[in-house]
Amino acid sequence: MPPTSSSPPRSKRWLGDPILAGLALVLSLFGIAMVYSAGVLNIPSPVTSIAWRRQVLWLVVALIAFVAILQARPRWIEWAAIPAYGLAVILLAATLVVGTGAGTAEGVGRWIQLGPLRFQPAEFAKLAAVLGLARLLSVRETPPQGLRDLVAPSALMGLPLILVVLQPDLGTALAFIGILFAALYWAGTPPLLLFLLASPGLALILSFSTPVWSVYFVGLLVLIYIFRYRLYLAESVGILLLNLAAGTVANPLWGRLADYQRNRLLVFLDPGMDPRGAGWNLIQSKVAIGSGGLTGKGFTQGTQKRLDFLPEQHTDFIFSVIGEELGFIGVTLAVALFAFLLLRVIRLAEITPDPFAGLVLFGIFGAWLVHIFINIGMTIGLVPITGIPLPFLSYGGTFLVTCWAFTALAARLARREA
Amino acid sequence: MKQPHPQAKRSQARGAMVVLFVLMGVLLVSFFRAQVVRGSTWVLQSDSNRLRVLQVPAPRGTIFDRNGRIIADNVPAYSVSLFPAPPDSIRATLERLAPLLELDEERIDVLVDEARANRRSALRVTDNAPFESIAAVEERRADFPGVFMEMRPRRRYVGGAAVGHALGYVGEVSAAELESAFFQDYERGMIVGKDGLERQYEQKLQGRKGVRYVEVDAVGRVVGSFEGQAAAPAVPGQAIHLNLDLDLMEYIHEHFPPGMRGAVVALNVEDGGVLALYSAPSFDPNDFVGGISRTLWNELNQDPSRPLFNRAVVGRYPPASTWKLATAAIGLEMGVVEPEEFMPQACFGSYTFQGVTRRCWRPQGHGHQDMAGAIAHSCNVYFYQLGLRIGLERLVEEGTRLGFGDACGVDLPRESLGVFPESLDWWQRRFNYRPFENEVMALSIGQGPNDQTPLKMAQFYLALARDGSAPRPQLLRTPGQDPETDWRLDLSEASLQTLRDGLRAVTAPGGTAHLSSLEHWEFIGKTGTAQGSPTQERAHAWFAGMAGPWGEDPEIAIVVLVEEGESGSAAAAPLAAKASDFFLRRKYGIPVDTIQTLGEHLRSGTPAPWARWN
Repeated sequence: MPPTSSSPPRSKRWLGDPILAGLALVLSLFGIAMVYSAGVLNIPSPVTSIAWRRQVLWLVVALIAFVAILQARPRWIEWAAIPAYGLAVILLAATLVVGTGAGTAEGVGRWIQLGPLRFQPAEFAKLAAVLGLARLLSVRETPPQGLRDLVAPSALMGLPLILVVLQPDLGTALAFIGILFAALYWAGTPPLLLFLLASPGLALILSFSTPVWSVYFVGLLVLIYIFRYRLYLAESVGILLLNLAAGTVANPLWGRLADYQRNRLLVFLDPGMDPRGAGWNLIQSKVAIGSGGLTGKGFTQGTQKRLDFLPEQHTDFIFSVIGEELGFIGVTLAVALFAFLLLRVIRLAEITPDPFAGLVLFGIFGAWLVHIFINIGMTIGLVPITGIPLPFLSYGGTFLVTCWAFTALAARLARREA
Repeated sequence: MKQPHPQAKRSQARGAMVVLFVLMGVLLVSFFRAQVVRGSTWVLQSDSNRLRVLQVPAPRGTIFDRNGRIIADNVPAYSVSLFPAPPDSIRATLERLAPLLELDEERIDVLVDEARANRRSALRVTDNAPFESIAAVEERRADFPGVFMEMRPRRRYVGGAAVGHALGYVGEVSAAELESAFFQDYERGMIVGKDGLERQYEQKLQGRKGVRYVEVDAVGRVVGSFEGQAAAPAVPGQAIHLNLDLDLMEYIHEHFPPGMRGAVVALNVEDGGVLALYSAPSFDPNDFVGGISRTLWNELNQDPSRPLFNRAVVGRYPPASTWKLATAAIGLEMGVVEPEEFMPQACFGSYTFQGVTRRCWRPQGHGHQDMAGAIAHSCNVYFYQLGLRIGLERLVEEGTRLGFGDACGVDLPRESLGVFPESLDWWQRRFNYRPFENEVMALSIGQGPNDQTPLKMAQFYLALARDGSAPRPQLLRTPGQDPETDWRLDLSEASLQTLRDGLRAVTAPGGTAHLSSLEHWEFIGKTGTAQGSPTQERAHAWFAGMAGPWGEDPEIAIVVLVEEGESGSAAAAPLAAKASDFFLRRKYGIPVDTIQTLGEHLRSGTPAPWARWN
């Protein structure tokens, strides 16, 4: 068959976007190296010392999935979006009933066991949610103009989000919020609307300092007054009431709880929190990163990690190992790799002529940005500790496959001919 | 959705990039602050996380005898300790260790209490674990978080029971000791000298402990030693060299009358150095190292023969006839008697003064005696008259000058003062009466208010063996340093010879201790039989004397006391002779024989050509 303009060159067929695939591969190999190092302990644990080998196997699986997805026709992907979303919701609901724990997250039911296979439906749900949301938004004729236009997308994300929170898995739940906001932004939603959508959550965070919250609330009032003609009265009132509720009711309610009740709630939100006294994980992670200095203690030489001070050193706190062993230079390198990856995703969204593809790309951008910022941020104490893995670097099979599936979707949809 | 204008997409992409750069920038700034700006703080924190300070005990100084033989040194021993932890987890660990280290419930309770009282420092479980136990714990190290084992020096007393009273023993410093000025700079858990030379020269022997760092993991398991930071090595204690002769001490330990209590002190005539200092029964100081067991401790303390009581320097006994030499020396010093002079009244078995009649030990009496004869026959009547010539007040004064109411100042702790009236007021204070002049009669034959340590008597005979000067007996050898003279007898050479002639006659043919005379050496001395307290069943046996090559000055002064030994010549003199013989033979390179004294020669039927029978 003679080559035509519609048949892609060989490299595109196998790699999709070579830059994106290359960055993903570099990050994956970097990840395997760090997972290997995380297993080098003075008193080795049988699980962590062989984790890197399993991660290699999972990378092979992920690459097969990557190539397979690249072979799919974009139309199939578009068609599959809604059924996939439905399946994801069913799986998430099923997880609440039959889910099991695994590894360091023994106590929570996040996995579904199918014979010898075990996977996390929440990871698949992220994939399906990105597709489902992109499908929902791509059929719109115009960008969302008012808060009412945001109800359907929010509900679409809200359902899996709530199911994931119930597992409980706050970290992954945050990824859905990232997907929602990124996709809405790309769909052309005015930033004001996005801000108003986020405002109740913002109010909840700010309510811990009453003066700050008061200033914020006055600012919100002014903002709504300025844009009063672009909002329905019910929307304005609703947003204000939600903010008021978040800012005034939540804090006293929280304060009235007994310590153990608060802890129970916090532990519900994050089971990994505080297993050995207040803030142990965070302190040890900060010590590890800080003591790494500019150049680090050397690959596999981290004492915090080696002596088992670092918690979850091969999964959620893999970045602390990077910080301790490779120092600020290694940290900068890793952050730069992630930045290039995300920049490439933005670039692909920008050049694709297909609205659905653009929305999927931005959904992926949102999910990854949340994962990367929260995971890295929590190791240094910028954000509270939530169990959320670092794309490509953290040990975890389903998650690695999901990351590569995202990469494949991004690459495949980006070169879809208009 | 309608395809948006490329320009709109461009600005949207820019917005997303701004968000991306801001967030990544925030991350990098945070890491820069933590790793580069504040990095050193975190390095410290990371080190304190993983490093634990361990004290490295300094080996105590080695103790050598006069011939360079080691009396006490150190051998490696294994200790097992626990890092600080809550008492409950300490208890749990101890219970798991119990079968391996043979800890009983009681010991575990004691250790947990100790851990509770001292939450910051490591808890030492044992100082002397057998190697097999150490290996077993090491094998299952993962089961014993917070347990660490190390080799530490352990005191070893080569002489064993022969040196128990001279050397003392070591043990962990007690809470009461820590409050005293002596142990000002000491810390809990340190091994210190508790008695004897170990206590006397504690500051010299102690050394300075060092520190070492070990690396521990998050649950407190020791994973290795850490060489990075400057660890201070332990400085071993100073070695000390003694005047003691370990072989002689062992010889005395072996030959002391079995089952008897008593003391032996041998002094080097040349410098007053203590050649041997022995108290029977003795104890083995090795039993105290690493903590003496409660049963053994109780045994030692409840034993009616009091093995922990140092009879040589703490025990006080009426000196009896051995003290007659003091009366004689004082008489000669004062010139109230001439050596060849007979006392006006011959001995007919008793003497009466101021209506008080005192008997001689020999009911039929000794007849006329000069000084040497009176010493040889230990004639009481002669010494009553000599005492009366001296006068009570003068005898008391001069006896006090010779240190009989004092201690010798030997370099051992807890030396007893002699009991001796320092003036006539003594009776007033003690018994509330002015003494009659006839009190001098009892004093002049070593009775009355007069109790002396064997060491003090040895020092007095040392002066007789020398030129009359009495150096302070010392266990520590201080070469090149003149012995400190405590006091001296102001006697002419002729007077000294008179006194020695008296002593000579004791072991000469016809003397009470002739059976203790020796082939190679002139062995002379005075026996004594002391009736002390009323509870005493039999009299204490004394022998105080000296020995040296025939026709030369004495080289060893020796005192043997055997509690309830009944007879000085039978119980005490043979050991004094044999010990002197042993010492001198080794000094002059003559092979040591098991048959030494005349008595032994006679019993074994070997010829004794030196014995001159009348």
